[in-house]
Amino acid sequence: MPANRTFEVKALSRVEGEGALYVKLNGNEVEHVELNIYEPPRFFESFLRGRSIHEVPDITARICGICPVAYQMSACHALEKALGIKTSPEIRTLRRLLYCGEWIESHVLHMFLLHAPDFLGYESGISMAGDHREVVEKALRMKKIGNELLEVLGGRAIHPINVTVGGFYRAPSVSALKLMLPDLEWGLGAAHEMVDLVSTFEFPDLEVDYECVAVKHPTEYPMNEGNVASTSGLNIPPEHYEKHFEERHMPQSTALHSVKLPEGKPYLVGPLSRINLCFDQLTAEAKRAAERSRIEWPSRNNFKSIVARGIETVDAFEEAIGIIKSYHAEPAQSRVAYTPKPGSGCHATEAPRGLIWHRYRIGDDGLIAEAKIVPPTSQNQGQIESDLRAYVPKVASFDDAVATHKCEHMIRNYDPCISCSTHFLKVKIDRGEPVTTG
Amino acid sequence: MAAKPKLAVYKFASCDGCQLSLLDAEDELLAVADVVEIAYFLEARTAVQEGPYDVGLVEGSITTKHDVERIKEVRKQCRFLVTIGACATAGGIQALRNWRDVNDFISHVYAHPEYINTLKTSTPVAEHVFVDFELRGCPINKKQLVELVAALVHGRKPRVPTYSVCVECKRRDTVCVAVARGIACLGPVTQAGCGAICPSYYRECFGCYGPKENANSMSLGQHYLAAGKPSMQLVRLLRNFNGHAADFATASTALETANK
Repeated sequence: MPANRTFEVKALSRVEGEGALYVKLNGNEVEHVELNIYEPPRFFESFLRGRSIHEVPDITARICGICPVAYQMSACHALEKALGIKTSPEIRTLRRLLYCGEWIESHVLHMFLLHAPDFLGYESGISMAGDHREVVEKALRMKKIGNELLEVLGGRAIHPINVTVGGFYRAPSVSALKLMLPDLEWGLGAAHEMVDLVSTFEFPDLEVDYECVAVKHPTEYPMNEGNVASTSGLNIPPEHYEKHFEERHMPQSTALHSVKLPEGKPYLVGPLSRINLCFDQLTAEAKRAAERSRIEWPSRNNFKSIVARGIETVDAFEEAIGIIKSYHAEPAQSRVAYTPKPGSGCHATEAPRGLIWHRYRIGDDGLIAEAKIVPPTSQNQGQIESDLRAYVPKVASFDDAVATHKCEHMIRNYDPCISCSTHFLKVKIDRGEPVTTG
Repeated sequence: MAAKPKLAVYKFASCDGCQLSLLDAEDELLAVADVVEIAYFLEARTAVQEGPYDVGLVEGSITTKHDVERIKEVRKQCRFLVTIGACATAGGIQALRNWRDVNDFISHVYAHPEYINTLKTSTPVAEHVFVDFELRGCPINKKQLVELVAALVHGRKPRVPTYSVCVECKRRDTVCVAVARGIACLGPVTQAGCGAICPSYYRECFGCYGPKENANSMSLGQHYLAAGKPSMQLVRLLRNFNGHAADFATASTALETANK
């Protein structure tokens, strides 16, 4: 093989949004790794300036069609803190149920339509269905149940309309939710089967000493509430996030990376981090699934994130069933009223693909004066590149096409949501050649 | 059997929600894949078949110089070009920049504005190339998407209603939120398609499907102004995901000017 090789993927597939990969090798030495984001810049933080408080969750949802609830939830909680209002326990529980729906549809989509094909040697879930029709059909039904939960609670699955600052425009009816129970019970069983299936996959050997970061709550598996915790012992309220994490422009890279301070190192958010940090808070069924997976948790191999997603899917189904079973009456008030007033607030929740942090300032006119949104994939980007540097030498003995595919597979471990990246940078690297923009 | 029609799915500036609608058609996805060759759909599959394609679905608005050129290439590749969603059809939420100075935006968000390569405007696909059909919505309705694909396979026009959201409210027996609750609602001027979800949750329609045929949003705006709604509230309501669509844009500009 030639000493100087490049692996290049001009357009990553089976990811949300647009990105490219460029790796330059000299012998076994990785000279350069670049995950290039050519998604056009989208200026959500600026669009939010001057908007009414109640419009924020409708607008932030549009950042991502796959995880709109995450953007709505972080926004609502942050704004409620800015306004100094507290929602009722009933609303809190219904929001958790809504998040369960999003975790189910997003996780199952990624596991079976986007990620499993890598392990089983197919170019897509559609091709995989040719040989594994039953698995794909089962996955589609699970995904549909997640989407139906979003429809019952949110009005529709993509860009739900029923989420507002203070709660919900209308509480779901008891009967509509109870009607979902048989499907959810089926889904729980199917999710167990799916964990068993993905646990049998062959996982490439890539152990990384990750700094895992996730929301952590003393008694619940993290979704809407908790501190920001890490494997090195960090445990801070979301208000201190910016003291410990910073978005930085790394000279060897093309994009804005989040790093953990003071070391300035990349870190990992997402299902593997959540299970590693919050295993104890998983539901009983999810713990059983984790034990059956015969994977040692905490895990340092992000290829196993597909199993982590499966375990979290079990968790989400079980929690959804529990919440609906104890939902006996619609809350008297579906939302807490508020009067717009100046203030600031920030909050972190857990999107399916990792921690998502929002900060808002409401101005004297009662409109949004400032917004900052840190999505999961921009936090993972530094870690993705760091993983690639470690992984490329392991696959360098394969021919270019195979090695490139293996790198793409590794990137998909992260379920990257590139469209979500409200402020990925498109940076010029000076290699004495014109910049390609896509 | 004749060759299956070849379908391509393209993305421009967008959230991926509309192309996701195809994967969200869980009951129909595998059946669609049986009758249509999904030849180019990066979000769902790695394999790419060379064009030309029988049908191209385009998601997203045009916001970079590169995309101005790319959409022309896409047009050449596709016999029928269909825009899916508010971004491709009307410029989408990104068109909010069309009323502001984009350089101002860049310096808000980015540490190194000099690296950002973007146009001052976000525009619909139809401002750049001829579009054969537009599927409205933010997001599109997956049932309408399946209907569209079925219609194209059978060589007929998709059955997509062009009446207003009000008709859907009446059909589902939703009490009018504008009349009964005094809420400024865009239902009368917005094209149907969502199923009139928002009013059934006691909230306003905020125009996800864009202006209906022959809408008169200015007249509706005058009505809400007379009922005491602040003009800037109405401007914001019109400037969501279809703000750049002609009728909404004319009305919001007039309301904003009157406010000054």
